[in-house]
Amino acid sequence: MKTVYLDNNATTRVAPEVLEAMLPFFSELYGNPSSMHSFGGQVAHHLGQARGQVADILGAEPEEIVFTSCGTESDNAAIRSALTVSPDKKHIVTSRVEHPAIRSLCHHLRKQGYRVTEIPVDSEGRLDMDSYEKSLTSDTAVVSLMWANNETGVVFPVEKAARMAYERDILFHTDAVQIVGKTPISMKKNTINMLSFSGHKLHAQKGIGVLYIRRGTKFAPFFIGGHQERERRGGTENTPAIVGLGKACALATANLKEENTRVRALRDKLETELLRRIPGSRVNGDTAQRLPNTTNISFEYVEGEGILLLMDQFGICASSGSACTSGSLQPSHVLRAMGVPFTMAHGSIRFSLSIYNTEEDIDFVIEKLPGIIERLRGMSPYWKPGEKCASA
Amino acid sequence: MWEYTDKVREHFLNPRNVGEVENPDGSAEIGSIACGDALKLTFKLDENKRIKEAKFKTFGCASAIAASSALTEIIKGMTLEEAAKVTNQDIATYLGGLPKEKMHCSVLGQQALEKAIENYKGVASKAPAEKIVCECFGVTDHEIERAIRENKLTTVEEVTNYTKAGGGCGGCHPEIQAILDRVRAESKPAAKPKMSNIQKIRKIEETLEREIRPSLKQDGGDIELIDVVDNRVLVATRGACATCKASDITMKHFVELKLREFVTPELTVEEVTK
Repeated sequence: MKTVYLDNNATTRVAPEVLEAMLPFFSELYGNPSSMHSFGGQVAHHLGQARGQVADILGAEPEEIVFTSCGTESDNAAIRSALTVSPDKKHIVTSRVEHPAIRSLCHHLRKQGYRVTEIPVDSEGRLDMDSYEKSLTSDTAVVSLMWANNETGVVFPVEKAARMAYERDILFHTDAVQIVGKTPISMKKNTINMLSFSGHKLHAQKGIGVLYIRRGTKFAPFFIGGHQERERRGGTENTPAIVGLGKACALATANLKEENTRVRALRDKLETELLRRIPGSRVNGDTAQRLPNTTNISFEYVEGEGILLLMDQFGICASSGSACTSGSLQPSHVLRAMGVPFTMAHGSIRFSLSIYNTEEDIDFVIEKLPGIIERLRGMSPYWKPGEKCASA
Repeated sequence: MWEYTDKVREHFLNPRNVGEVENPDGSAEIGSIACGDALKLTFKLDENKRIKEAKFKTFGCASAIAASSALTEIIKGMTLEEAAKVTNQDIATYLGGLPKEKMHCSVLGQQALEKAIENYKGVASKAPAEKIVCECFGVTDHEIERAIRENKLTTVEEVTNYTKAGGGCGGCHPEIQAILDRVRAESKPAAKPKMSNIQKIRKIEETLEREIRPSLKQDGGDIELIDVVDNRVLVATRGACATCKASDITMKHFVELKLREFVTPELTVEEVTK
């Protein structure tokens, strides 16, 4: 059975070019980049190149790039550093819709005595900028706002928010895991102090992350050890992963146009056709400010897990914000923060595309999904019979 | 991804008895769309008052649909007395087990069945004394107590897995803990009324005669009650037992256990040598 992979916000396949670039670092180029001999030194040269490629995708300087093990480590390092360098400030500002890497960390810090303000979003998932502005105080140590939401793809105006923090002398961090490689970014044109992203969301391997730290931003390391990463993150470099990430960033930069034309068009086709063919469906999140690859669609009166398992029968991979799939008993915190009605929240499905998706993939989902929804609605005590899904 | 058994997957992919029975004898709706799962159960009886037909409609995850399908298969052909004894464990067992976080799906089925039978009998569906404990999911104290008893639950987390209570804001966790403490205290065996010394000695004699001597005599031994001091039972062995090296073990593992079982658990047996 063919796999139709539409879960790229969860993780992506490693690009063949990335794998090829990594392989020598598992075999002949195994030296330690910190060594004094030229055998290790040549590896350091490749690391330098990769650092440049990563800096380029952010419009940043190579020395502003710190390699970490994942997005979560970068998020933790950024927030904890900000609190360490401003020991007198006890207030953190974030949003209600952050990824658990930030959300759980902030809840943990709240228990340790920090005050945490979670800025609400409106029904379209847009940040409430008024309450954001009001939340910034002289006690605020750091603001952390995601650039794009993993569940809905909604993009926050983080550059504007960062400017407001900068004017008040507050450090600003953004979790940019979902947006890097999907939209052009230039750190030279904003005032964001720290930015986190992760390799496996843009066709590099899992287990490699990046923390961008603006030159001049005070930083207290999270991993204390050797002198690696200019003493901002100890630990021998994961050389194959770093080289692979460099290659992935170069590819993503080259593919930016395709991502925003062909991939966007496929996403739009999927969304338009599903909404047209399936009554009682709607898109969650602001479609005007959104990643080009993501759509989050709710199907009324059915539960997401059933949809996922029936799609799985056809090899279609996606995600759901329903309670049942999360392991908790409530639908996703993102959909709840947006006030998505319960009749809709339990039946939400996220489709996230990549440049490896084809028109056939999308047509296949458009063909199969109406039948799946109709089948589950046939079992649902809430669905009024009569409203049939348009056949494909 | 959840680790569902093949049986759960099969019942989700090919659910039995979907729909609503026409002119049902009993019906019930339980759960709500806000809670994330809901089940409508309808059944019809035959001339012998056995369940002839049972159908369901379920909004919920794969395991909720599978549990509903299993429930309708289990109760078909049962009398209402038999059906009333079906527990959530029966539903889970029928499916080869459910992930612990999904046990509430089996409880949903059991509750729907209970309510549908009440509906047939015309009994008020909720006892007036019942009180909502978990506001997020509308779970009552009776439902929580029943789940604790039938599934021998010991922690708040387990109660949440089985009933959903406490799975939302978490504000009711102390109340769930209080119910757990109360049910656990009740389930300890009640102390038997105190026996008089005469009654105790009589019972010990009876037990020795009925439960113990016949076995000992098979091996050519015997036992004699010498005295009872509080809960110390002083005995002497006779015949083969008196010279048997295993008689210590016999005393502790056989005589003492039997006396504790039939007289009172506080007893200890001591062998007196002459």
